[in-house]
Amino acid sequence: MTVAVIQFGGSNCDRDAVRALDYLGVDAERIWHEDGLPEDTTGIMLPGGFSYGDYLRAGAMAARSPIMDEVRAATDDGTPVLGVCNGAQVGSESRLTAGAFTTNKSARFQCEHVHLRVENADTPWTEAFDEGDIIEIPIAHGEGRFEITDERYEDLEQNDQILFRYCDEDGNLTEEANPNGSTHNVAGILGKTDSVAVLMPHPERSTLPDIGGTDGQGILAGFQS
Amino acid sequence: MSTYTATVTVRLKGGVLDPEAETTKGALQRLGFELSALRAADQYELDLEADSADEATERAEEMAERLLANPTIHDYEVSVAEAANAK
Repeated sequence: MTVAVIQFGGSNCDRDAVRALDYLGVDAERIWHEDGLPEDTTGIMLPGGFSYGDYLRAGAMAARSPIMDEVRAATDDGTPVLGVCNGAQVGSESRLTAGAFTTNKSARFQCEHVHLRVENADTPWTEAFDEGDIIEIPIAHGEGRFEITDERYEDLEQNDQILFRYCDEDGNLTEEANPNGSTHNVAGILGKTDSVAVLMPHPERSTLPDIGGTDGQGILAGFQS
Repeated sequence: MSTYTATVTVRLKGGVLDPEAETTKGALQRLGFELSALRAADQYELDLEADSADEATERAEEMAERLLANPTIHDYEVSVAEAANAK
């Protein structure tokens, strides 16, 4: 079981991701995007960072790189894929998930701890939680505002594809608790199947007990199942 | 074959918030200018060889669909002119 953490030029959370996965006992290695996916890949993580300097739109360039064809093919076989932050932007730009992540409502880069409400606990990424649980995980992004057409949003809701929403510490979905102005406070969603997920917050930054909270462990545990 | 310049303009769909444009508008107002709205757009100029203006338009539209615009949040327009001084 090896999780390929795909490193693009400008990725910068790839090492953190490998360390966090190692801590959870999940074999993981960094894979340079030009080298392609190793044969023994059993999971794929698209890490945070600033791939291609966020040229054009965050994630736009990496989403069109050849390794993403391999990632798409792997998702067809049910290989778990998790996109975090810039990886979430790459995931949506490559149409693995619906909608788009664009400029924060504040027009600023925001680096802070946020609360998330677990909206669907029946997925590999949220099995560790119960629906309605409130977890705390950091964000660090300038383009995390989730935008989607009304029609596609209804599809997401009906198909139970919304994983997390930004909330206050009591679980209320308020505007103040929505750090970037995301549509209906959406922080993370599923792809066509629940083996594919993207989220803007950083679970790998809240996994190692030495550096603070550990709520991210439950999300990364999706690679264990 | 002729050389054409295709101009692709990509802008946010109506109703999609543009925080950078709002910030820019606020800065203009602080400078004392009066305005009620500011909309920003990205413009790309592509020089390409094609048999006809229609073909050039079609290719530029495909480029917009595949990369230059994100259809979830953007509308785009393509206009094509025979290039006078294409390099």
